[in-house]
Amino acid sequence: MIDWPLVSVIIFLPLIGALIILFIKEDELTSINIKWAALLTTLGTFILSLILWLQFDYSNPSYQYEEKFRWFDDFNFFYHIGVDGISLFMILLSTFLTPLCILASWNNIKKRVKEYMLSFLFLETVMIGMFASIDILLFYIFFEAVLIPMYLIIGIWGGNRRIYASFKFFLYTLLGSVLMLIAIIVMYRNTSSMSIEFLQGNYFSYNTQLFLWLAFFASFAVKIPMWPFHTWLPDAHVEAPTAGSVILAGVLLKMGGYGFIRFSIGMLPEATEFFIPLIMTLSIVAIVYTSLVALAQTDIKKLIAYSSVAHMGIVTIGIFLVNQQGLEGAMMQMISHGLVSAALFLCVGVIYDRMQTREIEFYGGLVQRMPLYATVFMIFMLGSVGLPGTSGFIGEFLVIVGAFKFSSYVVIGAALGIILSAVYMLYLYKRIIFGTITNNKLADILDINTREKIILIPLAISVILLGIFPNLFLDPMRLSLELIITNYEIANAK
Amino acid sequence: MLNNIYNIFFIPEIFLACSSFVCLLFGLFLKKNAFRQTSNLAVFVLLLTILLVYYDRESNFANYKSLFSHSSFINFFKILALFGSIASIIISKDYFLGIKLKNFEIPVLFLFSTLGMMLMIASNNLMSMYLAIELQSLSLYVAAAIKRDSISSAESGVKYFILGALSSGILLYGFSLIYGFTGSMNFNEISFYLSKYDNLNLGLIFGLVFVMVGLAFKVSAVPFHMWTPDVYEGAPNSITGFFAIVPKIAAVALIYRFCLVPFENFYLEWSQIILFLSIASMFLGAIAAIAQSNIKRLLAYSSIGHIGYILIALVAANDDGIKAASIYMFSYMIMNVAIFAILLSLKVKNEYLINISDLKGLSKSNPIVSLSISIIMLSMAGIPPFIGFFGKFYVFIAAIEQELYVLSVLGVLASVISAFYYLRIIKIMYFDESKSEGIINFQISFQSKIILSLSLFLIICFIFYPSLLINISASLTI
Repeated sequence: MIDWPLVSVIIFLPLIGALIILFIKEDELTSINIKWAALLTTLGTFILSLILWLQFDYSNPSYQYEEKFRWFDDFNFFYHIGVDGISLFMILLSTFLTPLCILASWNNIKKRVKEYMLSFLFLETVMIGMFASIDILLFYIFFEAVLIPMYLIIGIWGGNRRIYASFKFFLYTLLGSVLMLIAIIVMYRNTSSMSIEFLQGNYFSYNTQLFLWLAFFASFAVKIPMWPFHTWLPDAHVEAPTAGSVILAGVLLKMGGYGFIRFSIGMLPEATEFFIPLIMTLSIVAIVYTSLVALAQTDIKKLIAYSSVAHMGIVTIGIFLVNQQGLEGAMMQMISHGLVSAALFLCVGVIYDRMQTREIEFYGGLVQRMPLYATVFMIFMLGSVGLPGTSGFIGEFLVIVGAFKFSSYVVIGAALGIILSAVYMLYLYKRIIFGTITNNKLADILDINTREKIILIPLAISVILLGIFPNLFLDPMRLSLELIITNYEIANAK
Repeated sequence: MLNNIYNIFFIPEIFLACSSFVCLLFGLFLKKNAFRQTSNLAVFVLLLTILLVYYDRESNFANYKSLFSHSSFINFFKILALFGSIASIIISKDYFLGIKLKNFEIPVLFLFSTLGMMLMIASNNLMSMYLAIELQSLSLYVAAAIKRDSISSAESGVKYFILGALSSGILLYGFSLIYGFTGSMNFNEISFYLSKYDNLNLGLIFGLVFVMVGLAFKVSAVPFHMWTPDVYEGAPNSITGFFAIVPKIAAVALIYRFCLVPFENFYLEWSQIILFLSIASMFLGAIAAIAQSNIKRLLAYSSIGHIGYILIALVAANDDGIKAASIYMFSYMIMNVAIFAILLSLKVKNEYLINISDLKGLSKSNPIVSLSISIIMLSMAGIPPFIGFFGKFYVFIAAIEQELYVLSVLGVLASVISAFYYLRIIKIMYFDESKSEGIINFQISFQSKIILSLSLFLIICFIFYPSLLINISASLTI
């Protein structure tokens, strides 16, 4: 093991980078320095997080790399961070996607480069911090602080309706998370502890659990988002700049799923048992409804945004099956969706940068001019559909296997979602890529350049890697998930 | 104990009273730069007073003890008020010189008002409480109307005076009822007398309600808040800054002491009133601020909202509540000092900034200032990791400790609504495209810069070492 505070360094390295950037004076010439500083910082963070993975002890289900300092003298709030099998890949996902985001905005962010990079670096710090927190108060602070940079990213560098979208995003998610604050305080009052590890021992009476569960649900259901709390997502995605959408889909949605696993199942098992039918119903409605909505979209980004809601429906089904396959499948689906949807948004960004439009009708026959682009887009499209051999398959397959143990109606719902996802994704692909070029403006569109290759190829490789060697990812998380399931079963067997 | 007659000058209030007269004479006999010199002297005097409060000598001089109480809670709020006073004198100095309002009386008025506030916080007797409130308010009435040739300033002074006098009258009537039914003016004696009874009789309830109304006027809790936006808007900006920062501290301390000392056993009676004031203030503050275009009116409604949260902690009425109130009040003062330090240095086309829409384009012309404003706004909205979050967090801890679940949920909902108008300011600075750049000037004196940086430092860095303030506030006893 490593004897220096690796996790703290990973959390605060982007913040240090941000402080350095703060002191670079911005003008035409130096904005390239700002970009490089941001890129190097995030790459450094990524490399450090790889060390985290390499040194990770697979046989230990609880937290590793723990750091714990007293933070408040009067209450038991600690600066307590660590990584377990569940948070490991969430952190890796954040550190992997942020440098790609910065590369993706290399040329298309022209105004306020400094503020842009500051926002992204601050965002990276709070995202990693949130996944690494073992103290709930710390978790909450990071969870809410995410709103600040995201609000700025959508509001400053977004599209035409960016102000509406940014306010909706901020207020909607804030409304959800303030209720969680009350729940956290109630938990603290009952147990005098804020440790996530400690609270996973079922300490609350049944009625308290129900209320706490609903408060947490309000915050995570908005975040993940579940139908009918998803309406902020299409707006935020459509108006955000490409990199903003990438982070939003890639990492921020996973905060909801992560929260469900840690808090709802981990700490409130009996209430979870009670609310499982609700979740399953909402998830199936979400899958079918948003898939159909996605089918009818004319804006590519909006289509992918709705497909995110559908995919997250599969994640929530997997989580609330609370069995080994279901949870593993949900985790895999989250990681896979993090990569695939991020990549799809990046792909949309590629053609948006060239043509400044995201209307599906505008495009058609891109394969004629952009063969490489068509290839990588196809990989991600198939990953999203869940073709065997890509990452999407593993998650969906495991969730369906798990769902058979629960109820075959859920299986039908989930399977229907997968079929529909094939319908809207293939239909999208057909309309954009295949055929002959009918629009004259597309006649001299260029294929992806080196920078875009550097962004897209690692993503394509990891999507396939995840599909072929899922155990690479499943092994580290298995024991941590087992621990949560065991706790859950013990609590409900009483 | 103090035996020596000279030692009475080491009682902070007496020291401050004498020094205020010295300041007045000093300003009167100075020919040149009277305003600047008097301000500097006033700051110095206030600093010395802080030291005296800190060293905290108890005194029994001239029946002092029965009129004024003495506790760590009182000292904390006194020091808070003194710091607020110092900060607002320093940040407003350049503003006064800028609008050519060089009356040396202004710092002296601030001193007298601060003296009134210290007495208010410490008062342990209905009579001394009333006199202290009057001393504080009279100075403020004059301060609000100090810009004699401006209609709005005079109007704001008169409004403040009339409504303040009305509330004082109501307060006094309440006092007379309480005195009539308990036979004492001393807080502890009232408490002792009331402890013999299980419930209050009708006269005392009336008295309590009247006093609560009067105090609600002073803290500007809804529905007795009407004067606040108008007075804030009409008074010169720097006076508004003083209004926003300091008198609230004293009034909050007073309302806490009044509820928790003489009427501590009648929680049910007064908590209903406070509960209503709290909910109404939070929601009205949040909703009414949305439509404001004047930054001073917006801050007025924002302060009304903050008062609502502090009153939640009062409804909780436990040790955590006192702790929460002191932390919240500290954060409130710091945030207001910071925002007024900026507002008093921003000029649009040679006029001091009033309209929120004039902030447009600030993020381009002055990124550091707009970043600071954003941080203050997010902190006021209670978004972590800034200090404002911890104020609210402690308030909710206190409320949930007392099982006030509905109140806490209403509180967080109001905070979401209020987040909207704080975000709107950020939106105007960052999201709106502005065609006319560079019309906003930011000129700040060295001293204000120190105050501003210090308060920003506290807003941002509180999270790293919260225990310093929290240990102090945890040890406070009322």
